[in-house]
This record gives sequence, C-alpha cells and structure tokens, in this order.
Amino acid sequence: MRVLPTRVDPHSEVFQQNRAANLARLEEVGAALARARAGGGEKYVQRHLARGKLLPRQRVELLLDRDGWFLELCPLAGHRVGGGVRTGASMIGGVGLVSGVECLISATESTVKGGAMNEYSVLKSRRLAEVAEHNRLPTINLIESAGADLPNQSKIFVPGGAAFRDLTRASAARQPTICLVFGSSTAGGAYIPGMSDYTVMVDGQARVYLAGPPLVKMATGEDADDESLGGAAMHAKISGVSDYLAADERDAIRLGREIVRLLEWRKQGGGPRHPADPPAHDVDDLLGIASSDVRVPFDAAEVIARVVDGSRFHPFKPLYGPTLVTGWATVHGHPVGVLANQGVLFSEAANKGAQFIELCNQKSVPLLFLQNITGFMVGTAYEQGGIIKHGAKMINAVSNSTVPAITVMMGASYGAGNYAMSGRAYGPRFLFSWPNHRIAVMGGEQLAGVLDIVKRGAAARGGRPVDEMELEMMKTMLRQQIDKESDALFATARLWDDGVIDPRDTRDVVGLALSAALTGPVEGTMQFGVFRH
Amino acid sequence: MQSETTARRLEKVLVANRGEIARRIMRTCRDYGLLTVAVFSDADADAPHVAEADEAVRIGPAPAAGSYLDVGALLAAAEATGADAIHPGYGFLAENADFAAAVEAAGLVFVGPTPETIRAMGDKAAARALMASRGVPVAPGYAGEDQSVERFATEAEAIGYPLLVKAAAGGGGKGMRIVRAAEALPGAIEEAQRLAQSGFGDPTLILETYIERPRHIEVQIVGDGARVIHCFERECSVQRRFQKIIEEAPSPAVDEALRAELCAAALTAGEALGYRGAGTVEFIVAPDGGFFFLEVNTRLQVEHPVTERITGLDLVAMQLDVASGRPVPPQEAITRAGHAIECRIYAEDPADGFLPSTGAIVDWQAPEMADVRVDAGVERGSVVGIHYDPMLAKVIAGGADRDRATRRMIGALRRLGVQGPTTNRDFLLAVLRHPAWAAGELSTHFIVDHLPDWAPPDDPLARRRRLIAAALSDAAGRVARRPLMPAIRAGWTNNPFPPLGDAWAVDGRSLRLAYHAVDQRRFAVTIEGDGHTETEEVAIEALDGPRVALRFADGVVRRFTVVADGARRRVRDLDGASLCIEAPRFPDAEADAAEGGAVAPMPGKVVRVCVAVGEAVAAGAPLVILEAMKMEQTLTAPADGVVTAIRVSEGAVVDAGAVLVELGEGPEGDA
Repeated sequence: MRVLPTRVDPHSEVFQQNRAANLARLEEVGAALARARAGGGEKYVQRHLARGKLLPRQRVELLLDRDGWFLELCPLAGHRVGGGVRTGASMIGGVGLVSGVECLISATESTVKGGAMNEYSVLKSRRLAEVAEHNRLPTINLIESAGADLPNQSKIFVPGGAAFRDLTRASAARQPTICLVFGSSTAGGAYIPGMSDYTVMVDGQARVYLAGPPLVKMATGEDADDESLGGAAMHAKISGVSDYLAADERDAIRLGREIVRLLEWRKQGGGPRHPADPPAHDVDDLLGIASSDVRVPFDAAEVIARVVDGSRFHPFKPLYGPTLVTGWATVHGHPVGVLANQGVLFSEAANKGAQFIELCNQKSVPLLFLQNITGFMVGTAYEQGGIIKHGAKMINAVSNSTVPAITVMMGASYGAGNYAMSGRAYGPRFLFSWPNHRIAVMGGEQLAGVLDIVKRGAAARGGRPVDEMELEMMKTMLRQQIDKESDALFATARLWDDGVIDPRDTRDVVGLALSAALTGPVEGTMQFGVFRH
Repeated sequence: MQSETTARRLEKVLVANRGEIARRIMRTCRDYGLLTVAVFSDADADAPHVAEADEAVRIGPAPAAGSYLDVGALLAAAEATGADAIHPGYGFLAENADFAAAVEAAGLVFVGPTPETIRAMGDKAAARALMASRGVPVAPGYAGEDQSVERFATEAEAIGYPLLVKAAAGGGGKGMRIVRAAEALPGAIEEAQRLAQSGFGDPTLILETYIERPRHIEVQIVGDGARVIHCFERECSVQRRFQKIIEEAPSPAVDEALRAELCAAALTAGEALGYRGAGTVEFIVAPDGGFFFLEVNTRLQVEHPVTERITGLDLVAMQLDVASGRPVPPQEAITRAGHAIECRIYAEDPADGFLPSTGAIVDWQAPEMADVRVDAGVERGSVVGIHYDPMLAKVIAGGADRDRATRRMIGALRRLGVQGPTTNRDFLLAVLRHPAWAAGELSTHFIVDHLPDWAPPDDPLARRRRLIAAALSDAAGRVARRPLMPAIRAGWTNNPFPPLGDAWAVDGRSLRLAYHAVDQRRFAVTIEGDGHTETEEVAIEALDGPRVALRFADGVVRRFTVVADGARRRVRDLDGASLCIEAPRFPDAEADAAEGGAVAPMPGKVVRVCVAVGEAVAAGAPLVILEAMKMEQTLTAPADGVVTAIRVSEGAVVDAGAVLVELGEGPEGDA
C-alpha cells in the first residue's frame, strides 16, 4: 500500500490561523470538560471525601486496568442546557479495559445532587446502554444515587423505565451486567442492583430498598432502620439481593474486577491483524489542517494520512467521483474501509460510496466515515441527472450496512450529507466530533439568504415594499440562532454525538472505538433495500 | 629436576568445595586439560559450580557437616566418578590433616600440603615454637604446657600488656581476647578456655604480645617438597570482625628491604616444613616495621588472585603442577609488575554489625572492564542461604600502580550489579574512597578507626529517581503485556482526571507516586513524600528487559536496572540500589489471616519456642528464638494477646516469612 504524501505547510497563514482557532476552541472544550470533572463542585467533593469515600471518577480509575484506557462517552451531556442540569448529566460513562475486557462503565456522579437523575441522565444512560448492546460489551454500573431528581420527575419517570428493561435484555443477550453499590440505590433505583447479573454492595454504605424508613413509617407505621431495610449485610445474608458483601469501596472494586476476569470473555470480532505503527506524518498538523471556517474546504487525504497506520492507504476508484475519497487502511491494526468527503457529493460520488459500502459488507470490514459535507449538489442539471436517486442509494447502503461504522465529524455536516455519511440517526457504533464542527440542516448564511429571497418574493407578489430594517433583523436573528445551534458544544450537550475530541486524538479514539466494536461479531450483509437505478 | 617418569598423570579432579572457589579451581582444571567433578549438597543442586562441572555428585543435605565436611561422602564421590585427585579449595576440609591423610590412603592425590604439614601448622603453639627455633621472628608470648592461671600471669608480666589470649587450636581470630591489664587476665583466661573447649574441643591457650594498629601482611609460598619459592607479599589489613574484606599486592607499607626480609622469613618457614603445594605465611607488622610470624595457612587463600595479577602466575595451575610431581619454577622466574586489589563481596549488612543477609540474588551483573576479574559463586537466581559463608564473589582490579588500581576498582564496584540480599558493596566503596586508604595508612583497625558508624548513603533524590524507574518500567510492562491495543499510551483517556497514585515504600520511606502518560514515552510524574512534592517530566529512552534508560527534566539520561523480587522491585544505578515496595491497590482480605505473632525475618533454625497455645502474652514478650546465620534472634509479641497457634517446633528449619506463632486478641474485658 502507498504511504500518503503530505503537502501541508505548517508555516502557511491558513495553517497557523486554523491552528490558533482550533486551539482556542479546544480551550473552550477543555473548560467544559473541567466542569464535568468537577462534579458537584469543591464543597460537595470535599464533603464526599471527608466521609472516607472515593470520588466516582476515582472508583472508575481503580476499576480500570492499570495503564489501560478509558474512552469517556458523552462527557459534556447536559452542558449549558439549563434547568439545573450540570455538565456531564450527573453521570460518568465510557468504554474501558477491566481485567483485560473492554466493558461499558457507568458511574453515578454522587457529588451532584447525591447522584440524582435528570432527563439528560436518562438520555445518557440510554446511549450508554445502547453502546453496550450494539458492541456486546459487559456493563458495570457503579451506583450511589439519590434516584430521580424529584422536581424533574415528570421528564424522566416514563422514559427512565428503559434503564431496567435494558439491563435484563442485555442479560438475556448474554451481555453480563455487574452492579457495584457504593451508597443509596433506592426506590426505582433499587432495580439496578436487583436486575443486574452480579451485585456487590459495600458494607455500611449501600442502601438498597424500595422505600426508606420515613416512607415505610408513612405507609405501614413500621419503625425500621436503614441497615435492616436495605443494608449491604442484610442483602448479602438475608434477602439475597446482593451476591457479594464488600468490606469497603476498594474491596467492592476488587470484587468487580474479579467478576469480570471470571467472565472468560472472548472478543468475537478478533484483535488487531496488522501492525499498529503510527502515521508517517505528524498528527499535530491536524489542528492546522482542520478548517476553522467550515466554508473553507480542506484535503481529506491529509486527515487520512494522520489517522491510519503508517499513513498507508489503498484508494478505491480514485478517478471516479473524486469528491468522496474511498479506500482501505488499518487503524491500530484493525482493517477499515474509509469514506471521506472531499467536497460536495455528486451522483458519481454517491454511487461510488454505495458500492464501497457494499464491498466492505461483502468482506465484513468496518467503516470509518470522515465527515465534512455541506450536502448533495443542487441545480437543474443535477436534479435531472437523478442526484436524489443516487444519493438515496448511498443512504440505502449506509442504512442497511451491518458492519460496525465509526463516524468522525471533522467540519461541516449539513443536509442529507449528514445521513449519507452515517450521521447519528444511522446508528454508527460511535460518533465523535472535532471542536470546529458545525451541524444543521443548512448553514446560517444560506438560511438567511433563503429567507431574504422568500420575503422579497412575497412582498413583490403582495405589491408591498420590503421593510429592509425588519428583514435585516430577522436575518440576523436567524443567522445567530442557527450558528448557536450548529455549534459543536451545543450538539454534544444534546447527545448528537459521543463527544467532542481533540483532532490530534482522532487516531487513538477511532482505534479504541473500533476495538470496542470488535467485541461483538463483525458480519457484513448483502441484503440492502431496492436500489433505484 | 624430577624426571618425567616420576610425574603422576592426573586426568580428573574432584573439587571438594562450592561457590566461587570451586568454579575458579575448575576453570584452571579445564584449561589444564583435566576433567572436573563437582560435589553438592541439596542446597546447591542448582548452583553454578555444579552446572559447570563435567560431572557432579550429591554428597548430602544442606548442613555442611553432612555434606561438604563429610569425608566418607567425598571419597565415595571420587570413587564413583573415577577422580584421581581431590582439590579441597579453602575452608571446609582444606586444612584438615585427617582428610588429607584419608585422601592419600584412598590412593588419590591431595592437591595441597602433606597431612603432616597441615597437622603441624594446625597447632598454633607448636607452629610458633618451630618457627622460633628456625629464627623466624615470633611475637613474645607463651605457648607452654603449663596452663595454670598462675603460670599465665607470670608469663604475661614477661610479655607485657596489652596481650592476646587465644586458643592454641583456633584460627581466624575466633575466641581471641585482648587483655590490657593484669586484673583482667584471670577472667579472660577462664572465658577463652571455655570458648576454646566448645569451639575447638581443646582448652589449651597461648599468650601473645598485642600490637596496637598492626598490619596484616602475608607472603605467598609454593613448594614442591624439595624447594620452596615465594610469590611476594599481600596486605590484608582491612578487616571486619577479624575477616579480611580488601586485600592488595604489593603492600603499600613494604619497601624492598622489608620485602626481602619478609620473603626470606617466609621461605625459612616453608623450608622448615619441607612445604609442598601453595601456602601462605602470615605476619603481623608493627607500625615501626617490626614483624612477627602469625601462622601458616596450608591452603590456597581467598585473596590469591591479587598475587596472580601482579605475577602473572596461575596458582591453581602451580598446585596442579606440584600435585603432578612437577618441580616449582626457579625463584628468579617469579617477577611482579603493577598493583592489584581484591574486594570481597559479602551478603551482609555493614550498617548492622555486618550481620549476614540471605535471600535470592535477583540481579547479578559482573562488571566487564579491562584488568578487572570477577570470581563469583553466584549468578542471577542463586539463593544465599544460612548454611554457608555469605561471600558472593571477589572483584580483582589491577593497574600500573595503587592509585590506578583503586580507581579501576571503584569503577568496577559501581558497575557491579547485585541485588537481593544486602551486600557490603557500598561499604567497600566507602573504604576505597577514604583518604586513609589513599594514603596507604592501613591497619587491622582501619574500619573501627575510620568507618565505625558507617551508614549506607542516604540520597533522597536518587531514591525518588529509582522509584520513578520502578514505576515507569512497571507501567511500560503493563502496556506491553496488555491483551489489546498495545500502541495506546498508558492510562489513555479523553478526559484526564488527576490520578489517585500509589503508595510505595522505598528503602523504608513512604512515598506516593502518580503519573500521567503524555505520550507513549513521556510521563509527568508526581512524587510526594520525603518532605517533598515534585512533578517532573520523565521520558523512557530505552527499555530492554530489566534495563531502563530514563531522561529526566535536567536533561540527563540515567540508566537503571529494575528487577522483580516477588511483588517488590529492586532498582539499581551507578550510585546504589533501592528496594521499592508498592502497597497493593486492593488489600487482599484473605492474606490478613495471621493478625499478629512471630514471622521469621530470615531463614533459620528454631532454637526455642517460648510460649504455649492459650498463653496470654504482653507486647514485647519473647515468642520464639531463631538462630540464623549463627546469630540468635528473639522474636517478640507485637502486641498483647493470646497465643492461638504454634506452627513450628524446636529444631525446625524455617524460611523467611514463615509464620511461627500466631497471636489472637485477648479475651475481652480482661483488662
């Protein structure tokens, strides 16, 4: 395979501008991540530590294999969404290595309102459960939660039930579920330990009951104490809700690791089959390559050259439909079929994409979408050329493909291009965005322009003069709204992706995501919807 | 000159010894054309001297009395293998006349002096009398048959104080007493008689004048029964507990005139005995240059390599020549050039009274340098037990002069890698770096005078660096052994949280270390403890098995050897070594079964169990007395409690870490 060359000039003005802008954006992302890591803030963190407890992130660290990894998912869920929701949505979730097994780990952030769940927590836990399900990952839940955030109960009660359903479905699908209880897990929350395959409770800390002492007193008049109602020792010795009694938090984590070790887990998709040598070109250049202005295109090959092993790439059909780069490579030793945008999608490019996706399914090779797309080409010639039916073929192929897909949003994501390039709705196993990423049905500028034309048309038809002031104000407001709602942080807060990543981490993130996806079987399909020819 | 026909043609030599001397003798035997037979006790089944021999015979259990000192077993081994000569090495039976006689009676060649010579020199009083009669200077003293206290008192007045009281049958300084005034004499005699009786089976004592700050200088001789030649002197003044640790040749205190006198006296001594084989005539040399005969060692000495270095001779080959009936070379053929120093590497703790140390040698790396010779008895994986002498190896460095040899020796010791038991390496370096050593101002009191309270160098910075080496090579090892994604850097995450870090004990100091991998090679390492918190970026420059090269923030690439010793890490660099013990992340509940009690700190033999099951004991009460390395150690109760179990009986041999006695909490309400 050919090693991709590079034409990047790190001293060019464009490169330097992009780099500065991307670093500034990364700083914003970093500040948001710091908010997520801060949990409930210094006061609640100190109170938690003063009780001799480990912070939720420390629990996760101890659970993970030493010097292993943790690919945190949706760390910015709920960022600046209002309604008292904290960045991270009171949860920590991700894929990490535990006893040599890639597991889906989910921990309640007990320093935020006692780990109470809000509607974003529900969305995030749903997404985490989905990641476990699609990639066949064992799940480990680290629980210390006050349960539903009662003032917000209306937003979570009905959808929240899915959490328990997911647990038992995972179990039925032979995807083990493990629950470590460090504190309260009461009322509905009691069903998490109750429905997990393996449950460990920390002596003296775990509280697992449907109703606590005040509610029992109200309901039946019984005077009951915490320990006999729902203590760890009671559940281990009397009720059998717990399978293991842990002496302390570290002991619970040790037991959790031991349980995973004894799963005798085997990856069905296999391990890496090729050398995992680093790219031939400096990955740091990605900050200067990724356009800070999505209207300025950049060379997808330069990105591929900084993501794939040894920058080796075998292009497929390079001379046909060149606005979509397709070809084969490996990432951290895992073979992938790469689809990367190199401009607007034309009919030829869409057809090539559909064919390439079929080929990857035929040989059961995962897909990597590098998305930077302003949409399909428009205009009479293209409509007459059947751009709709050709685009539909690519969307058909993406929709029915059964090999794992990983999507990286590296710039623009507008219109149906989002769909054809395996956007969120098309179920890629993992989807990550770069901080310069913009996502919307179309750009703010275009929308404002459309508004301008429509308003002027209506005024002309009504024989009225155009109120230029009002039109300008409307356009500005629309532009501002669209710009705000297209932002990478806005998108990630709403779980439109699995996280905003540093472009320089792309190769590692894709490698880890691929490896996680290969925990399940990788089997392509030859069954697609009817292609309109 | 003897004719060829009188020469005995040897083909196979059994080496009745172990460790470095067995290997050293076998090396020359091989070069000489002889086949070699090693003998071994159960403790030495995997020892290097066994692996290197052409044949090897098990001669008994670990205790030397049943193996290396078992004459019958050794002769049977020689018979079974068809050996026609036995080389005794040094120690064990090397100076046992009965053994030499038994070897000859069995029709084999004893590579050493005649039984008569050994016997004659074994009796110190008789040896002294013989030498005095031939004009060899002997220290004023008394070695008469009248062993009454009154006679000793009279003789003592004649000799003058201070004087030495020692066992006639003894050697190596054991049971020696210095008496500085007449009042102390009766008590010293009584004690010395008791020790002589118990140690050597003979209470006979001798008196000798005592020289303050004497030097110990000895002359190597080799005889063929007809002629004796000398191979110049060695100085062995640097001693601890009457045992030599550094020897050199020539002596910095000996000029040509004194050398001529000493060598002449040594030849007189050798000729008086009609000496056959290699031997050493030891002298005490007073600060004024006066010297007195001390004793004749009828064997190859530990320190023989320094003579070999300056003369170019192979003393073992000369022994074999003599044993084959060949004459010794003419005296004129023996010349010397340059200077040589030998350091003995012992498994012992110089900071703790030179107490022997035991355990597995987890790291062994002999320096590879020009003019440096290492005679080692161990290799990586060898276990230093309680049964034998704790000398691990000898390092011999040469040079054109004493200063050059010293410099080379310092370089060799710094490059020597030895980890596991505590060793005297750093102590030897302290001696070699001492101004008194440089000035050649030596005496047998050197250590007491100059390094009485030596403690291992305490270097917190080196300690932290070694901990970093341990932690980072562990981290790199875990990444490399990771079943998946080995190219992902240690602890990769897209949302880094300050790591918890881990608790370590480094040479007994508590330190906390946390790191964050910047990339696959670079780590930001934070260490807390030793009154310090410091974060520094450290890069792994190279990692090859136990060897790791790290580049620190000061830009210096330092090399370390990190070896696993169970769950512990032993780390060394050019400045020394540290033991790094990481606290387990998950205390294992099942391992805490024995809450308190007595755990053997080193392998040893249980001399006495002081308590019974059910007995209530107070903190500090003796539980068990353990004998290890000839030292008795009392293991005491760590806290008040009740003896719940006794796991051993008196006389049992136990391993380090063995639980001997278990203690439980006392019945409640008793207090």
